[in-house]
Amino acid sequence: MTEKKGKKGKAARLAMPEQAPEVRKRNFKEVPTGYTVAMAQEEAARCLQCKKPGCMEGCPVSVDIPGFIGLIAEGDFTGAIRHIWTKNALPAVCGRVCPQESQCEGRCIVGKKGEPVAIGNLERFVADWERENGTGELPPKAPATGKKVAVVGSGPSGLTVAGDLIQKGHSVTVLEAFHKPGGVLVYGIPEFRLPKAIVAQEVNFLERLGVNVEVNAVIGRTVSLDELFEQGYEAIYLGVGAGLPRFMNLPGENLIGILSANEYLTRANLMKAYRFPDVDTPIPKGKNVVVLGAGNVAMDSARTAMRLGAENVKIVYRRSREEMPARAAEIHHAEEEGIEFFLLTNPTRFIGNEKGRLTGMECLRMELGEPDDSGRRRPIAIEGSEFHMDTDLVIVAVGSGANPLLTQSTPDMGLNKWGYIEADPETGKTTKKGVWAGGDIVTGAATVILAMGAGRKAADSIHQYLTWGW
Amino acid sequence: MFKIVKREEMAEGTVILNEIEAPLIANKAKPGQFVILKANEDGERIPLTMADTDAEKGTITIIYMVVGKSTALFKTLQVGDGFQDVIGPLGKPTHLEKLGKVVCVGGGTGVAVLHPITRALKEIGNDVTCIIGARTKDLLILESQMKAASNELKVCTDDGSYGHHGFVTDVLKEALEGGDVKLVVAIGPVPMMKAVANLTRSYDVKTLVSLNPIMIDGTGMCGGCRVTVGGKTKFACVDGPEFDGHQVNFDELMMRLQAYCEEEKHCYEDFCTLQDAT
Repeated sequence: MTEKKGKKGKAARLAMPEQAPEVRKRNFKEVPTGYTVAMAQEEAARCLQCKKPGCMEGCPVSVDIPGFIGLIAEGDFTGAIRHIWTKNALPAVCGRVCPQESQCEGRCIVGKKGEPVAIGNLERFVADWERENGTGELPPKAPATGKKVAVVGSGPSGLTVAGDLIQKGHSVTVLEAFHKPGGVLVYGIPEFRLPKAIVAQEVNFLERLGVNVEVNAVIGRTVSLDELFEQGYEAIYLGVGAGLPRFMNLPGENLIGILSANEYLTRANLMKAYRFPDVDTPIPKGKNVVVLGAGNVAMDSARTAMRLGAENVKIVYRRSREEMPARAAEIHHAEEEGIEFFLLTNPTRFIGNEKGRLTGMECLRMELGEPDDSGRRRPIAIEGSEFHMDTDLVIVAVGSGANPLLTQSTPDMGLNKWGYIEADPETGKTTKKGVWAGGDIVTGAATVILAMGAGRKAADSIHQYLTWGW
Repeated sequence: MFKIVKREEMAEGTVILNEIEAPLIANKAKPGQFVILKANEDGERIPLTMADTDAEKGTITIIYMVVGKSTALFKTLQVGDGFQDVIGPLGKPTHLEKLGKVVCVGGGTGVAVLHPITRALKEIGNDVTCIIGARTKDLLILESQMKAASNELKVCTDDGSYGHHGFVTDVLKEALEGGDVKLVVAIGPVPMMKAVANLTRSYDVKTLVSLNPIMIDGTGMCGGCRVTVGGKTKFACVDGPEFDGHQVNFDELMMRLQAYCEEEKHCYEDFCTLQDAT
């Protein structure tokens, strides 16, 4: 180890190899191809093994980052993954989709002078290594408590709760409305960012630990929360996400060729429509594609459209580059793949032909005014700046709201004015006894890792409740 | 897997009935609600309104017409085979109320959807006249069941091969002329529902229709099934599928149903070619 010491913190961060933009923009294979063993050990050696690691404070589920990186540096990959599992049951997912720059890596001391240690890449490496080379040996589990917990929704927060509670010895059933578990990890995030086989394997890991996963269960329709209690569940966690698409409410929005990002991505990812006609679900293939919005969902939609053969793909956003909510890396990837950005631009109406198919849209140029309540500068239309944009496919990615399907069937649960569930931020407790909630159904659309952090807190609180009472 | 326990080819072999084991859905379903079915791993999700449910046997019944690849694939499933996924019950149940004189109008396979609603309306004490129609005699389904479910049944065929010669709207007009009709429920092809709604509007009789837009998830998370009702966008899967027929923009619905006509045509032709070859 001594000869490596000199390198610590000084060597440059090892970039992960990735497919060239010109190649990847037309295929659905994962963009970054992963570290080799030698690369992982070299990058791991850059970690200073801080006594008071800032990176851990930046991780919403408190993974012992120096601990697992140290084990990678020593070549003990089996030990490293088991170390992560004690805090995080979904490392292959988190290593890929967490915004590390604003979480763990944002607090890395090495990053103060140079580039931070590639914590996400290392987490991904060791999870992939275990999947490909591991013994399949499971982490230890507490003795069975005989307590039954239902987790509604199999997205990141639900899976985190399931992973935590099964390890604490409870009996856990995850209920999913779709025909496949994973929530946004399977219907939302595309294959080229998060291969679905990896999500399936993370879910399978939980099943091997003893979690029971039931698909096609629409809570609020197939069964209500009170019926779950009657069936003997003692606690329920709601992690149903913010799955209600927002539209712009503009004239012409119901023309053929205008889809919510939820619909477009569900067709592409969950239903694998990019393989149509080998699969039965079709997906519209536009020549001139416009994506409205500039979050991660917009980037995913635009990059999917490019891969489906679009001649050009434009991101249309009413504010400027600075306000774009997507991760810097996603914006960069999109630009590399030839996606154009029309900033400070807002559509005012959609135009179709006699068959009701979209042919174009009218837009206005915008300028930024004073900051609004959210602290972002408010876009104001520039009078007389109308112009026409040709488009045959518009994907609306301007955010999502709370789906009322479950909450409507549970009148005795408190909601806020936007329809999100009221839950204690520290424990996840709702106003209904025995029911917890977390993730996007409480906060509104946020990130995978924040949903997992909420799941972690709720799991601790549920465990306390099952052990000691409400 | 959701096993098929009974299969029947009705009407010329293009209208198929499947009774499917789905105890959780059968236990919960109410008239007017639908399910989403997916036959196999690569299959698409197709919405179908339930024609019947049997809570004791734990089964639901669907009746569909073979119109494309997925329904052609469904048709190949025999008793003992099953659907990989059945999701439901979805949508809002029909609002049932004792009103007096009610007319239920069904066209094509819409009669299957109308059946449980008609029966329920009669059971709570309404005087139910039922008008069912088909293009030709061979395509008429559920005649005896509809007779049993209503106080009076009238049948029409477009070609006059059976019952009244003409459209359901002709017969409906006579019923409306008689006065006192409190509610019309119309379920069938979109042009039929549109024609019924236009007719009843002039008599100012409240009219319920059940819409059939393209759906993916059926739980309100994508908006693929959006329809314009009273000038506002609604999601048929969660706000419907039943709406006030006088408020529905039927032309937009018909237009949106054509969104994938090219893809659907190719897919169906390829499937039929493949089937003929084997």
